[in-house]
Amino acid sequence: MSDLHFSADALIQASYLVTAFLFIMGLKRMSSPVTARSGILWAGAGMLVATLATFFYPGMTNFPLIIIAVVIGSAVAWISGRRVAMTNIPQMIALYNGMGGGAAAAIAAVELYRGEQQTTAGATLAVVGGIIGAVSFSGSLIAFGKLQGLIRKSLRFGGQQLLNLLILAAALVLGAMVACGYNATPAVVTGLFAAALVLGLSMTLPIGGADMPVVISLYNALTGLAVAFEGFVLGNAAMIIAGTVVGSAGTLLTQLMAKAMNRSLGNVLFSGFGDTGGTAAAGTEVTGSLKPIEAADAGVMMAFAQKVIIVPGYGMAVAQAQHKVWELCQLLIDRGVTVRFAIHPVAGRMPGHMNVLLAEAGVPYDLIADLDEINAEFETADVALIIGANDVVNPVARNDKSSPIYGMPILNADKAKNVIVIKRGQGAGFSGIENALFYLDNTRMLYGDGQAAVASLITAVKSV
Amino acid sequence: MTGIVALYIFMLAAFTGYEVIARVPVILHTPLMSGSNFVHGIVLVGAMVALGSAATPLEKSIGFIGVLLAAGNAVGGYAVTERMLEMFKSSGARGGKGSGAKAGH
Repeated sequence: MSDLHFSADALIQASYLVTAFLFIMGLKRMSSPVTARSGILWAGAGMLVATLATFFYPGMTNFPLIIIAVVIGSAVAWISGRRVAMTNIPQMIALYNGMGGGAAAAIAAVELYRGEQQTTAGATLAVVGGIIGAVSFSGSLIAFGKLQGLIRKSLRFGGQQLLNLLILAAALVLGAMVACGYNATPAVVTGLFAAALVLGLSMTLPIGGADMPVVISLYNALTGLAVAFEGFVLGNAAMIIAGTVVGSAGTLLTQLMAKAMNRSLGNVLFSGFGDTGGTAAAGTEVTGSLKPIEAADAGVMMAFAQKVIIVPGYGMAVAQAQHKVWELCQLLIDRGVTVRFAIHPVAGRMPGHMNVLLAEAGVPYDLIADLDEINAEFETADVALIIGANDVVNPVARNDKSSPIYGMPILNADKAKNVIVIKRGQGAGFSGIENALFYLDNTRMLYGDGQAAVASLITAVKSV
Repeated sequence: MTGIVALYIFMLAAFTGYEVIARVPVILHTPLMSGSNFVHGIVLVGAMVALGSAATPLEKSIGFIGVLLAAGNAVGGYAVTERMLEMFKSSGARGGKGSGAKAGH
């Protein structure tokens, strides 16, 4: 009998080793656009191997319950994941991430309610992983609610940080009681998880929608860490490795995103900016006038250009204009015009989101350039076409120290010979700041709904 | 697994995660975040073990929720990541355009 156990255990350990290898290779491949697609397949194979092997874990019972839970959870997630619109991907990532955090907290809860931890170290790891997982769970649900538009207000009041600190302290005290086995009753364990869940809520509620990507990325890293800690508790190498890899990769990714958005992590978590409205009308008054242009003229301008740089913003995706934009680009490319897309790190709802939306429309990734690559090229561009973007092309970020967005990296669209801005109507941007670019001598405004405006540009280019 | 071995694994995995991501271009930030979100779906394995060893109704209920959530993390993470990455194509691959694109002239 012991021989059989030994071989089952060896099989499981070997499977987990394979899984760890596939995960790391998968992530590695996912970090280059050429191999990215195969990366998720590798990682997926790893998950399958680990899941199947776990059914052979020694002493496993409750198989019907396990199978029912796996089937229901998988089915719901699969259907929602396949159906969600590409514009709503960020909140779905938040949701799935929160589920992972919740699962890590559930593992901790089962272990702690059972109360059979042999060592203080094991119990401590279970507690810490449980707290982090629970915070990630409730925090991610709030992030989902905010991006989905279910929660519109950002709850802020005086002494909020102090309250959060007190909740954290309560969770830590209860956690210490549980970990040291001092009065570790089920009631204390329940209190511990309640405090952690409330902490996730109260930490995330004051953060504005614009900062949510950084927060989601942070919770992603935290869930990884929680999974690693619960891996220690269960002595499960696959969980330790995968959780830690995600924890450190996610931390780096969070830093990169915060940097791209010109925000520090501390700022995001503790300052309560990044909300719509509020900061309007600051900075120097913009002078000049808005000069409209007809689609026919704009189309001719683009058709005879050598080089056109398109600056898409989230407004383009909201208007569902990306397919039309790509159709326009193909017409221009066929005429011999060099077309490039300039993507600001915060062009979508999170860094890289706009690339996904363009990819959905069929735009090849090698036409897409990020801020560092493209900024020097604007000077050689005949036309910069701005569609649905605003603050990210506002030159005041470069030269007006009194502006709230001063210092934010922007796309230098104003350096192009001609700038065409497609805009629904007159009005300030996301942050409520007037855009000096719109008033420049080389800028023309093409008013209209994004999709309709691009359609009329297509007609104009075709008739040249 | 002894404590010190676990710590070694932790340290090496932390460096690995950092190095693997270090040179990722911005265009892949969203898919990569989604991909790493999928990878911590490995929590499913732990949740299965927790439910598999649950004895009391309370443990079973929590374990059941854990497996349910973990399966959602893994499968949902895979579904959205695969969908996003499947759309990334270079100009060279433009011949057979993706089904999502509307036909142009």
